[in-house]
Formats: sequence, C-alpha cells, structure tokens
Amino acid sequence: MNEMIDNLLTTGLEIWNWFPADWQTLLLILGKIILILVPLMICVAYITYAERKIIGYMQIRIGPNRVGPRGWLQPIADAMKLLFKEVIIPTKSDKYLFLIAPVLAIMPALAAWAVIPFDRGVVLTDVNAGLLYVLALTSIGVYGVIIAGWASNSKYAILSSLRVGAQIVAYEIAMGFALVGVVMASGSLNMSDIVEGQAGGMSSWYIWPLLPLFFVYFISGVAETNRAPFDVAEGESEIVAGFHVEYSGMAFAVFFLAEYANIILISSLTALLFLGGWLSPFEGLVEAGHWLGASSFFWFFAKACFFAFCFLWFRATFPRYRYDQIMRLGWKVFIPVTIVWLFVEGLMIVAEVGPWAASTGAV
Amino acid sequence: MSAIKHFIKSFSFWELLQGLAVTGKYLFAPKITVQYPEERTPMSPRFRGLHAQRRYANGEERCIACKMCEAVCPALAITIDSEEREDGTRRTTRYDIDLFKCIYCGFCEEACPVDAIVETHIFEYHFEEHGTQIMTKEKLLEIGDKYEAEIAANKQADAAYR
Repeated sequence: MNEMIDNLLTTGLEIWNWFPADWQTLLLILGKIILILVPLMICVAYITYAERKIIGYMQIRIGPNRVGPRGWLQPIADAMKLLFKEVIIPTKSDKYLFLIAPVLAIMPALAAWAVIPFDRGVVLTDVNAGLLYVLALTSIGVYGVIIAGWASNSKYAILSSLRVGAQIVAYEIAMGFALVGVVMASGSLNMSDIVEGQAGGMSSWYIWPLLPLFFVYFISGVAETNRAPFDVAEGESEIVAGFHVEYSGMAFAVFFLAEYANIILISSLTALLFLGGWLSPFEGLVEAGHWLGASSFFWFFAKACFFAFCFLWFRATFPRYRYDQIMRLGWKVFIPVTIVWLFVEGLMIVAEVGPWAASTGAV
Repeated sequence: MSAIKHFIKSFSFWELLQGLAVTGKYLFAPKITVQYPEERTPMSPRFRGLHAQRRYANGEERCIACKMCEAVCPALAITIDSEEREDGTRRTTRYDIDLFKCIYCGFCEEACPVDAIVETHIFEYHFEEHGTQIMTKEKLLEIGDKYEAEIAANKQADAAYR
C-alpha cells in the first residue's frame, strides 16, 4: 500500500518536473486561482441559500427546506435549473453585447480577489497598489450592467442601466474618499500592509478613528452592489427586474453570481480595511499563545460573514430608497462627511493622536 | 433645536437601528409556517371545496330539479335539464357544474331547498384532460356517496348558527 503511494508520488513529481519552469509557474498560479475561485463559488451559492433562509426567518417563515436535508441542496438545484434553461436572446437586441454583458459583470467581481489577503501571506498577488486595483475593478463592474441594459433593447432595462450609472458614479466617489482615509491611516496601498497596520488588538482597528468613513464605505458598498435599500436598478415594483429583464438561463445566472460575488467582496474588503482582516479581536486581551489571540483565516472569515449577514439584514429591514433621495444621500451627505473626516484625520495625523501615529509612523 | 435633534438622530442611524432591532428580534421568533402536506390548518365546517350531491337514507337522490342553484349561480357554472320520472316526480337528467367557471361562492348550497348540492372539504384535486372539469351528475353523486358521513357531520355542526 505504502509502496503504491510512493510510486504515485514519484511519478507525479516526474510529470511535474517534465514541465518547463515557466509552465510550472503558470500552472501554480492557475492552481491558486482555482483554489480561490472554487470556494468562492460555493460561498456565492450558499449565500443565496443563506439569504432566503435569513430573510425567511426575519419574516417568521422557515425558508427553503425541501431540497436535501434542511434545504441544503437548494442552491445546487437552482443552479441546475438555470443551466438547463434556454438563453433567450431578444430579436432586436445587440446579440454580441447582450452576451458579453454578464461576463463583464462577473469578471471584476472575481478578478478583485487576486489581491485579497486571506491570512498573513496567503494572497494570490501581493501587489503594492492593491487597494487601487480593487477600486478600479469594482468600478468596472457597472459596465456589465449598463451594457446589459443597452443591449437588451428594452425600456425597463435601459431605465435601470441609467439609474445604475448615476448611482454608481455618486457612490464611487464617496467610497473612494473613504478609502483615502484608510490609505492615510496606513500609509500604504498594499492590502496586507493595511491589515498589519491594524495589529495590536481591537482598539487599533481603523474602524474607531475612521468610524464615519467606515459607515460611508459600507453603505456605499451596499449601494455599489445594488442591494436593498439601494436596489432601484432592479426595482421590482417599478421596472420589473431592471437590467436583467430580458435575460434568462445561464446568462441571468451569471448576473446573479456577480451580484453575490460582489456582496462577498465588499464584506471582505470592509473586514480587511476597517476590522483588521485576519487579526484576532482578542489580541492583547488573552495571554500570548492562546488560540483566541492568534490571528487566523477564521477571524477574517467571521468578520466577512458578519458583513454579508448585514447585507441580508438590511434587505429584510429597509424599504427601497426613492431615487432622488439616493442621489441626495450620495452627493449631499456622504461626500461632505468624508471630506470633513479626511480633514479631521489629517489634523489627527499632524497632531500625532490616533493609534497609527506611534506604531507605523505614517504621513 | 429640532434641527439639531434631527441631525443627531439621522447621523446616529437611530431609526435604522430601531428597524434592524425589529427584524433582528423576529430572526429568533418561533416560526409560523405550516408545512402543508405534513401539517394542515383546521378547517371550518363551512369550508367550500369540491361539490357533491347527496341522497336520502333510502338511496333516493335529493335533487328535485328546482333549478334554484342554476338561477342563483353568479358564474353560470351550473346547467340542469329535467324530466318527469315514471313515478311522477321531477328529476334531473343532466346536472353539470363547470369547475373552471365555478367561483366556490356556495350560493348553490344556500339556495338548495333540499340540501342536495353541497360543497365538501375536498380541495386537493386536479384534471388531466380537457372536459373532465365538468362535474356530471354521476360524479357528483359518487362524491356524495363517498363522503356522506362527513358532509352530514359538517351540516350538523353548522346547523346551530343558521
């Protein structure tokens, strides 16, 4: 038995060594991408299940519980159903753009994970401008929606894409300003450095000195992903389903995946930027070496899960914003708030008050 | 003063937190879902489901073809043809209820002077072929024979309130 395993290992190693060196690098990166994307896809599938369950529970219902034990196979059944359905392309639509739009929507939602550190050193590419990369990619996501609305040749879809366009522009600015606050605090655009800058227990997380920016960032994140209460893009009661009215089958499923992948992305980013990512909240509170104080992937996962839960909680609680109120909130509340707080933060840095002043010596 | 109050209230998310507290509370509330095929809610004796025609204890059908139900039916779902039988009584030769037209208002049951047409507790039924939605006299009598005990019990239970 052991011999067999040894033989298998040696042949495996031989096959691996047979590849040229640059192929090996490529294969390693490919393997890492799969290692990130497969669990991500499973998370996306199960966040849809969690959404139906949690919103159901909040409405004193049970939610899906028929497919598999306690409904655990529901997302798989949903995916199978959508896979086998026909992708109907409207006659007068722009067929090329119509099919490229869902791809454009999901591409940035997945690509942004390249710079997300899951644990100390566990990151696909540790680029120095990680935050900039994330900001750039999350803004690209909106093109998928706009193109989908345009290519569908439907009045509901085009209305929805116009709404999304204006909304994303408004909230992207507030979001960018909130991230400027994080960059000012950490003195770095590298995601791992930002997390490490928050080391030293719960009190040195950026959420405390940057509390207004944290709220602006998270609420903008909700708006950015077009989730309730900012889901005017879908607005079932006004424009049917918005930009994806004309989509069916797998093309629709890809939009769906993109939306939920974005939720997980925004939750993870909030956890990384404001709540110290993989750092333990009990650091410094329990004696050194205790498992509660150790930083690990688990803490990152728990924090991200909490924010993802908040997304669902908001959806179960808040009624949809009126469109002009969304614009008012974005332009006339969030942007002034962030600018004021950036000024306050600048003063704090100059006066050397704040948790980052001593530890990293930012500025 | 009220402007300051409003400012503080909106920037502390006070009303939003109140809303979140309500949904957060219901997250842990006992669930009221009735899981239908396994669990059922109780039914009133007045429940109006599938129709049936009843017979007297001696086996004679109750319906005397007075056509009151046909007249009162708001959906015009009932069609009746009648004849004089050999023993001199008036009986129906045809008594059809089109269940696609029927709105289950129960007026036929109310109008019937001899409690012949009734609506039963049966609500789980389907049709597999076009045309089978017409409940003929035979089908109605068959249902009536099968569920007579239940129908009689329901009539009895409701009698006190009429």
